[in-house]
Amino acid sequence: MLVRQNYESERYVPDKEMDACGIFGVMNTEGVRFGGRMAIDAIKNMKVRGSGLGGGFAIYGLYPEYRDYYALHIIYQNSNLTAKEEVEAFLKKYFYMVFDEEIPTNPDIRLFASPLAWRYFVALQKSRAEEDLSDEEYVISKVMYLNSHIEDAYVLSSGKDMGVFKGVGFPEEIADYFMLDQLYQGYIWTVHSRFPTNTPGWWGGAHPLSILDWTVVHNGELSSYGANRRFLEMHNYYCTLYTDSEVLAYAVDLLMRRQGLPIEVAAKIFAPPMWDAVGRMDDGDKELYTALRMVYAPLLMNGPFTVIVAHHNEMIGLTDRIRLRPLTAGAKGELVFLSSEEAAIRAVCPDLERVWTPNGGEPVVVRLHTREHLQSLNKSI
Amino acid sequence: MYPYILSEFIVERREDRCIRCRVCERQCANGVHLFDSELNRFFTTEKDCVGCQRCVMLCPADALYVRPRLADYRPNGSWTRDQMQNLKKQAATGGVVLTGSGNDKPYRVYWNHLTLNASQVTNPSIDPLREPMELQTFLGRKPDSLKIEFNGGKARLASEFPPNVPLRMPLLFSAMSLGAISYPAFKSLAMAAKEAGVLFNTGEGGLPVEMRGEYADHAIVQCASGRFGVDEDYLNCARIVEIKIGQGAKPGIGGHLPGEKVSDYIAQTRMIPRGTDALSPAPQHDIYSIEDLSMLIYALKEATDYSKPVSVKIAAVNNVAAIASGIVRAGADIVAIDGFRGGTGAAPLVTRDNVGIPIELALSAVDKRLRDEGIRNRCSVIAAGGIRSSADAIKAIALGDDAVYLATAPLVAMGCTLCHKCHTGKCNWGICTQDPFLTKRLNPELTSRRLSNLLRSWEHEIQEILGGMGVNAIESLRGNREHLRGLGLEEWELNVLGVKGAGE
Repeated sequence: MLVRQNYESERYVPDKEMDACGIFGVMNTEGVRFGGRMAIDAIKNMKVRGSGLGGGFAIYGLYPEYRDYYALHIIYQNSNLTAKEEVEAFLKKYFYMVFDEEIPTNPDIRLFASPLAWRYFVALQKSRAEEDLSDEEYVISKVMYLNSHIEDAYVLSSGKDMGVFKGVGFPEEIADYFMLDQLYQGYIWTVHSRFPTNTPGWWGGAHPLSILDWTVVHNGELSSYGANRRFLEMHNYYCTLYTDSEVLAYAVDLLMRRQGLPIEVAAKIFAPPMWDAVGRMDDGDKELYTALRMVYAPLLMNGPFTVIVAHHNEMIGLTDRIRLRPLTAGAKGELVFLSSEEAAIRAVCPDLERVWTPNGGEPVVVRLHTREHLQSLNKSI
Repeated sequence: MYPYILSEFIVERREDRCIRCRVCERQCANGVHLFDSELNRFFTTEKDCVGCQRCVMLCPADALYVRPRLADYRPNGSWTRDQMQNLKKQAATGGVVLTGSGNDKPYRVYWNHLTLNASQVTNPSIDPLREPMELQTFLGRKPDSLKIEFNGGKARLASEFPPNVPLRMPLLFSAMSLGAISYPAFKSLAMAAKEAGVLFNTGEGGLPVEMRGEYADHAIVQCASGRFGVDEDYLNCARIVEIKIGQGAKPGIGGHLPGEKVSDYIAQTRMIPRGTDALSPAPQHDIYSIEDLSMLIYALKEATDYSKPVSVKIAAVNNVAAIASGIVRAGADIVAIDGFRGGTGAAPLVTRDNVGIPIELALSAVDKRLRDEGIRNRCSVIAAGGIRSSADAIKAIALGDDAVYLATAPLVAMGCTLCHKCHTGKCNWGICTQDPFLTKRLNPELTSRRLSNLLRSWEHEIQEILGGMGVNAIESLRGNREHLRGLGLEEWELNVLGVKGAGE
C-alpha cells in the first residue's frame, strides 16, 4: 500500500478485485474494553455474506500496556525468515524496538498458506534529516518502504494501542487461529467477512485495510474506482492491493488525517447529496456543498458500498448516496452496533434498545463519551 | 487558365418526375441548375455542383439525384483522384488549395476502437428515467483543498473559491465566429446554449452588442490573434474568456476573412472598417513564449477583475502534453485542445489534412501529464475536434476530459451536409455565408430548437450509458479509463490511451 510507482501507462496498473461482503462493528462509547465474542458471533451469523476467502478484525484499546508505542503487526509469507531479518534490521535502524514477539496462534487451526505473524512495539528514531517530518508521516513512509521493498513482508497495521488480525478463511476461523476471544479485549471491534468475485485470496488483501490507526472494512464495488484511484495518485497514494476498498482507506487518510476534515464533511464527499437536494439548501450550505463537490468530485464513491471506518475514539458507518448496500445501526446502553444485517446484531444483543436504518450518504458517527450516533437516528429511513 | 478538372458530382434529373417548379434553380447558389423557359428544359452545370444536396432535399417531386462522380481517372492507390485534381488546380492558379470543414482523410478514428463498460451482478445498473443521473459540470480551476469552519456545529466554507462556470451537461458549442458563419447560425447557437444550460463560443469575430444582454451569460468570448471586437465590455459580459492560440484544422496558421464578407454589421462587431480583409496573424504577436502567454492571461484576469476563468485553446500537436502543462502553470483555468479532425471555415488543404494529431491521443497524453505533475485539478480540460456523437463525448470524458466542444455536429444539426465548401461563402444551407439571400434560409427560432434537441438527445444518451455503468454522477466517469477497453489497437496506442485491450 501507499507505494510510489509511476506506471508507464494505465494499462499496467493492477486490476481491481471485486467483492461483496459482510461487515460488523461494535463500540463501547464509554471506552470500556470487552472481548471478541460479540463480533465473532455476529459475523458468524452472516456466514452467507462471505466465502471463506478472507476475514479479519480490527481492535482498538488492544495494547493498553504499550499505548505510547506504535504496534506493528507484520506477516511474513511463506514464513520467509530472510524477510524477517531484513525487516528487523530496518526497524532497528529507524525505530527503537521496545518489545517484540510472535503473535500467538492456535496450532490446531489449519488455514490456507498461513504466514508467520509477528508484532513489534516501537518508538520513533528520527534522523536529523527527518526531524521536521510529523510522526505520522514518518511511520507511513517506513510502512510504505517495508511493503514495497521487502518481499514476503507485509504490515497489517501500524497504529498505537490497536491492531489488525486478518487472513484467508472465514472470520471465525481467523478469530480461532489468533485466539482473539481468549487473549484480547478492546473498546471497538470491527470485523469483515469476504466474498471476492475473483479469487486470489491472500492474507494482505483481506480486510480490515489499515494505515496508522485508521481501519476500513468495506462491502461493495466502486464503479468510480478508476477515477478515485487516479485522484489519489495525484496525492501520492498508489494502490497495490488489488482491491477497490483500498481507495477508501487512502481517501479517508487524505481527507481526515492530512486535510483535517471531520467525518461529517468527508461523508458528504464520499456520498454527496443530489444536486436537487443542494438546490433546496440555504445559501451557506449550498455554497459549501457545491464547493465540496467541485473540489472532491473525484473522491465521490460511486456504486454500491457500505463501509465501517474506525480510528481511536471513533467508529463510523456510511453507505453510498443511493443506498445500494445495507447498513443497520443498533444501540443498547453504551454499546453501539453497525452491521450489514439487523439479525446479526440481534443474535449477539437480543435486548436491543434501538435499531435503525441510516439513510444513504448519512454517516452514523459513534464517538467516545458522546451520544452523537443518535443524530443519525433522526435522519434514518 | 483552363483547369482541366473533372466535375465531382453527377446531377441526374428524372424528367418524368420534374414539375418545372424551379426550386432547384433558386436554391443553388452555385448556379448548377438553369431553366430555359422557351425550351421548357433544365440545363445542368455539373462542374459547379458541390454535392450539398440542398436541391435534392427541397425538390418536391423527388426528381433529383446528386451522386459523387468517383473515379474517372485510371484507378491508382497512390495518385488518387483528389491528389491529381489538386495538382491541376495548382497548375491553373499557382495558389494554395483551399478547403473548408474538417480533415476527411481516412486516418484512424480512435473513438471507433474504444468500447464502454456496463455493470453486471456485482453492482447494479441504474435506470436514469427513474433515478437522478447527474451531468452537472464545472469549468475552472479547483483548489487543492478546502478550509471549513464550524460555527455552532454547522459547517461553513472558509476558503475563497476561484471562479467556476456550471454547465448542465458536459457539452459546449465550439468557437465559430460571426463572419465565418452567418448571423442566424450564430444566433441559433446562442439561443440553444441558453435553452440547454450550456455555453457557446463567439470565436474571434466579437459578440454583437445587442446579443450581450440576453446571451452573455452563456457565452465564451475569444481573444485571438486578430483581437477583433475585443474591448473591456466584450471581455466582461461573458462567462469565460478564451485565448485562441491554435485551431485543430490549421495548427500554426492564422485566418483570413475576405473583405467582401465584411459587411457593415460584421465590420461593427469586429471593430474594423467595412470591406477590409480581417487578417488573423499566425501567432499572437504579443505571445512569443510561455511567459508572454502568462502576461496575457493575467492581463485578461485583471480586465475582468478575476471573476471569470481564462481558457487557452491550442491545437493538438506533437508536444501537446508539455505545452498544456506550461499553459496551466502560466495561470490558465481551462485548457482546450483541438484535435486534427476539427473543422474550419477556410484552411489550406495541405495544413488541414496533414498537421496535428488525433484528439483521443492528445487528450490522453495531456490528462496523464497533468496528473503526473499533480496539477490536473488546477484546470479543466476541454476536448474538441471530431466529436461526432454522445458516445465519442462519453469516451472523451472517460479518457479524462471535463467537457467537449462541438462544432461540426451542431452544424450538421442545422443542415450542413459537409460539402467542404465553407470557404466559398456560397453555403446553400445559409450557415457559412454572408449572402442575405442565403442566410435568410435559417430561422433561428427553428434552428435553435434543432440544436437544443440535439443537446437533449445527447444528454439522455449520456445518462443511459452512465446508468448502465452503475454510476449516477458524471464525475465518477471522468478520467475513469477502467470503463474503456481498446479493440484492434496496437500496444503503443493502448499505452498512450492508458486503456487495456478488450478482455485484458
